[in-house]
Amino acid sequence: MSLTLVQVIVGGLLLGAVYALFASGLTLIWGMMNVVNFAHGDFVMLAMYTAFVVWTGMGGGPAASVPIAAMLLATVGVLCYFLLVRHIMRGPMLAQILGTFGLALFLRYSAFWLFGSDFRTLPDGMLGPPFIVGGLRIDAPRLLAGGVGLIVILLLHLILTRTALGSKMLAVSEDATAAQIMGIRPEHMQAAAWALAAGATGIAGALIATFFYTSPTVGETLAIIAFVTVSLGGFGSVPGALVAGLLIGVVESLSAYLIGPVYKDVIVYILFVLVLWFRPQGLMGKA
Amino acid sequence: MTRRNLVFLLLGLLALAYPLLVWGSPVYQRLGALVLLYAIGASAWNIVGGYAGQVSIGHAVFFGVGAYSSVLAYHYLGLPPIAGMPLGILVSLLIASVIGVPTVRLAGHYFSMATIAVAELARVMTTTSDFLGGAQGLTGPTVPRTVLDLSFTSAVPYYYIFLAVLAGVLWLTWRVESSRMGFYLRAIKDNERAARSLGVAAGRYKLYAFMLSAALTSVAGGLYFAMFGFIDPDSGLGILISVKMLIMAALGGAGLLFGPLVGAAILVPLEEISNSVLGGKGAGLTFVVYGAIIMLIARFLPGGLLTLLAPLLRKKAAPGERDAA
Repeated sequence: MSLTLVQVIVGGLLLGAVYALFASGLTLIWGMMNVVNFAHGDFVMLAMYTAFVVWTGMGGGPAASVPIAAMLLATVGVLCYFLLVRHIMRGPMLAQILGTFGLALFLRYSAFWLFGSDFRTLPDGMLGPPFIVGGLRIDAPRLLAGGVGLIVILLLHLILTRTALGSKMLAVSEDATAAQIMGIRPEHMQAAAWALAAGATGIAGALIATFFYTSPTVGETLAIIAFVTVSLGGFGSVPGALVAGLLIGVVESLSAYLIGPVYKDVIVYILFVLVLWFRPQGLMGKA
Repeated sequence: MTRRNLVFLLLGLLALAYPLLVWGSPVYQRLGALVLLYAIGASAWNIVGGYAGQVSIGHAVFFGVGAYSSVLAYHYLGLPPIAGMPLGILVSLLIASVIGVPTVRLAGHYFSMATIAVAELARVMTTTSDFLGGAQGLTGPTVPRTVLDLSFTSAVPYYYIFLAVLAGVLWLTWRVESSRMGFYLRAIKDNERAARSLGVAAGRYKLYAFMLSAALTSVAGGLYFAMFGFIDPDSGLGILISVKMLIMAALGGAGLLFGPLVGAAILVPLEEISNSVLGGKGAGLTFVVYGAIIMLIARFLPGGLLTLLAPLLRKKAAPGERDAA
């Protein structure tokens, strides 16, 4: 295998870790209350603009932009749960899908109105020169994003599986009424899930802004990537999202390298349709 | 004749006479034609989104297929654009089955996601295809050769063409609604598991509804091209095209025969006004408002505006009238 190909695959894995992180947010909500957040991609977009404003407007680096985006998005997530999702989740399917989709449009075109339609990027080399490891050239932002992405996914997984909060959330998702009898407030747990999911998405957005263009419509592309990742990984499964995210990152990088950058999205969309046809329950999920 | 039928008759006459009532004002004639055009698209969406309860967010793909089939018939074969419509319908049926066959077995979210992905795929592919004019798009006949080119300077001929097509679409929808399939679709939307356990082939009927909806949407795309004579990836396949169909149906009343027409009659003038008052900035702001409207409908009025009128219509029907709703 040529060195370039290794380089492409490593780049794909680092990108995939970030995809996995924001897909984890989507899969958490989906698995917990069977609601699909169609505004998920626009949450990422919001976090990217937050990072952009913190970075260029306030002179903060990633150490400032990542926590600020995480806190802001967690707040947005909780508000979104209490003002919108709590009311529509028991309604007809139409209301569920329209509710979060309306939110997506609202966020997307508010950004369009506030920031204009220009593509913005943070200047190259702000995090120092690329690392050279065994002949491989790895850009610092991508390494940071991939590394932090992996750590945050691991933390999220540990919170969900090893803490009292995680057990309570699992109880609510299994049977909200039974959980309530045991003294757990389902609404609090669901709000916590929205805070965790949106917070993780905020971190992912702030990380991805360091090497990806930011525009009002970027959420549309990212949402589809998150949907593919979640469908491939199986809904509700954070480890599934990690495996699927890494796989999609590699597939995207390879197709950009071998076929052409324009086609990387095309390949991902085709992959999505194939998953729906042949393995809708995902690689690691339940149907 | 009941009072309800009388109301419908008067509204129908008003629709026929509208271009004459605003004879001096081309702006209002054009507005009327646009309302009807969008009502055709939204009514087509309503068959799968409203009646079958499968929320498509990618109907732009069928709209685009219809519009692009028309332009291809003209651009490569020199035929009148409407000659491309049968091709558009065929391709739409094909795409609908590729999306529909796997997703009708799954929960509704999968269907919505698959429609977004396929529409986005079509848009990206079209942008990179020289055959389809790439990002620049393609134009229709600049000077009409025969009346079949459907290229008129006045909006009045379009108004009547769209009115006839809309009447056809609504008639078809009404036939579906009152047929066995209509009952099945209502049962599926209400409780799919219960419907299946009573022996309703839920997947098959959802697929039929989707294919019918797709074919009619491609007709709307062909008509759009006839009126505007220009198509590019954004105006034919952009996500906002899907959004418009969906929001008009949902605002008026998804799953109600006249819901999409009511939604179009409110939103088309609103959009025209906001675009002319706010100029370039208006486009973004219009969709901020659209997003807010969609959230408010979902939260407070999932049945749409027409459900507010339902008690009124029931009162107007004569006592003993069976089908009052």
